[in-house]
Amino acid sequence: MTALLQTKELTKQFAKDDVATVALRDFTLSIEEGSFVTVLGRSGCGKSTMLNLLAGLTEPSAGEVRYRDRRLTGPDTEIGYLTQSDTLMPWRGVLRNVEMPLEIRGVPAAERREVAAALVERVGLGGFGDHYPRELSGGMRRRASLARTLAGNPSTLLMDEPFGALDAQLRRELQEELLALVQDGGQTVVFVTHDIEEAILLGDRVVVLGGLGRILLDHPIELPRPRSADELRVDPVFVALHTELARTLKEAAR
Amino acid sequence: MNTAEGVVAPAGTESGPVRVAVPRTWWQRHGTTATVWSLRLTLVVAVLALWEVAADRWVDITFISKPSDIVERLAEWAGDGTLWLHSWITVQEIVYGFLLGAAAGALAGFVLASLSLVYRVLDPFVMALYSIPKVALAPLFIVWFGIGMHMKVLLAAATVFFLVFLNTAAGVRDVDRGLVDAVRLMGGNRWHVARKVVVPASMTGVLTGLKVAIPYALIGAVIGELVASNRGLGYLINDAAAQFDTAGVFATLVVLSIIAAALNLVVGLIDKRVNRWKPIDD
Repeated sequence: MTALLQTKELTKQFAKDDVATVALRDFTLSIEEGSFVTVLGRSGCGKSTMLNLLAGLTEPSAGEVRYRDRRLTGPDTEIGYLTQSDTLMPWRGVLRNVEMPLEIRGVPAAERREVAAALVERVGLGGFGDHYPRELSGGMRRRASLARTLAGNPSTLLMDEPFGALDAQLRRELQEELLALVQDGGQTVVFVTHDIEEAILLGDRVVVLGGLGRILLDHPIELPRPRSADELRVDPVFVALHTELARTLKEAAR
Repeated sequence: MNTAEGVVAPAGTESGPVRVAVPRTWWQRHGTTATVWSLRLTLVVAVLALWEVAADRWVDITFISKPSDIVERLAEWAGDGTLWLHSWITVQEIVYGFLLGAAAGALAGFVLASLSLVYRVLDPFVMALYSIPKVALAPLFIVWFGIGMHMKVLLAAATVFFLVFLNTAAGVRDVDRGLVDAVRLMGGNRWHVARKVVVPASMTGVLTGLKVAIPYALIGAVIGELVASNRGLGYLINDAAAQFDTAGVFATLVVLSIIAAALNLVVGLIDKRVNRWKPIDD
C-alpha cells in the first residue's frame, strides 16, 4: 500500500504573549490509502491539533503534512473533516446545508439538489430536508454533518470524536452506518476517539497518542469484518487488545 | 415537527417530543388578550374624560387645552391640508434619513469589522463620535446644509448610522469560527466566507441595529425641524407654541405618536424576521 497522508516531524505551538504552548511535537505518521485508522488518546494529547493540521486548517510551526506526495498548504476538497462540534449553518435547512460544498464548487443547482437529496436519504434523514438544524436532535445533526462532509466527495475523511456527545445506543448505530458508508465509498479514514471500544470496533489500525502527540503504540487490528460490538466483547483477540490499549493509556497518564 | 403522520422518523430518532391537540374554549384562547385590550381602552377613555372635565374647570385651558379642542384642530388641519403637507415632509425625512443611515452603517460595519487592524485603529474615534448627542450637531448641519430638508435627513441619518454600524460590526465580529472553517474546508475563498457565512450570520446584528434605529430616525428628523425649519411637524409644534395654541401643539403630538406607532409596527415585523431561525445553542 502507498502512503496517502503523511506527516513529517510536525510541531505545533500556540503563542500567547511571550510564552508558547506546545500542543504537538515531532509528530510523524503515515496513513495508507484505503485504510481506516483510529487514533486513541486522552483529552489534551493533541488529537484535535493533529486533525486540524491534517485538514490544512492551521499551519504547522515546523515540519510538514504531505497529501498524495505534495505539501499541504491549506484546506483541500479531497479531504473531508467532520469536526467535534456541529458547524451546520443554522440559517439553512438540512438539504441546503448538505449541498453547500457543491454550491461552492459551482455545481448547477438542479444537480447539487439531487446529490444532496440522495445523501440526506442515505444518512436516514429523508423527510427532514427542510428542517433547520435547531429543529433536529443531536444525532440527526451529526447525520446531517456527515452527509455534508460526504457531499464534497472527499477521498479522505478526518473525524474528530464525531459521536462523542451521543448516547451509547445512538453511537453504536451511527458507527455501523459509518462503516457501511465507508465500505461503499472506499475512503481513507482517520478517526480520533477517546473510547477504546470504538477504536477497536472501527479501525484497521489503532494509534495510541501520549502527551504532545507522542506515538505510544501503533497496532493493526486483525479482527474479521463485519464486526458486531456484542460478539466482539467476548472475542479473546478483542479482549487482549482492549487490555493492552487500556494499559498503554494508563501509562501515558504517568 | 410533523413526525406524527406521513413522515417516518429515521431509526434512532423516534424519541422526539410527542404532540397532542388540546381543545380550548374561546375564552381560554383569547381571554387574556381580550382583558388586556379592554383595560387599555378603558384607561384611554378614562384619561380623556378626566382631561375634558378638568380643562378650564380646575386647570387653565391655555396650558392643557382639551381633547375636544384637539380633535377639532385635527379636523380643521386635515380639512385645509396643513396636516398632510407637514406630516408628509416629516415622514419623508424619516424614511430618507433612515435608509441613508442604515445603508451607510451596514456597509461600513461589514467592511470595517472584516478589516481587523483598521477596526482596532478606528474604534475609539467611532465611539467618541457615537457619544456626541446628535442635537449638538444641528447648528453645524444648518451651516453646512441650510435649513431645508437635507439638514433633517442628514441629522436623522447620523443617528441611525452609528446604531446600525455598531450592531453590524458586533454581528460580524461574533461570527462562529467553526462555520468559517467549515466553508474553508469546502474549498471556499474569502468571498465565499463573506457571502455564505459572515453576511447571514451577522444578519441578527444588522436587524437588531435597524430595529433600534427606527425610533431614532423620527427623533433626529423632528429635532432638526424644531431647531430650524419652515415645514414639517416639528415646525408645526414650534409655530403653534409661539401662538400659545396648546391645542395645536397637542394635535401635532397626536400625529407624531401615530407615526411612531406605525414605525413600531415595522419594528415588530422585523422582530419576527429576526426570530425565524436561531443559533443552535439556544
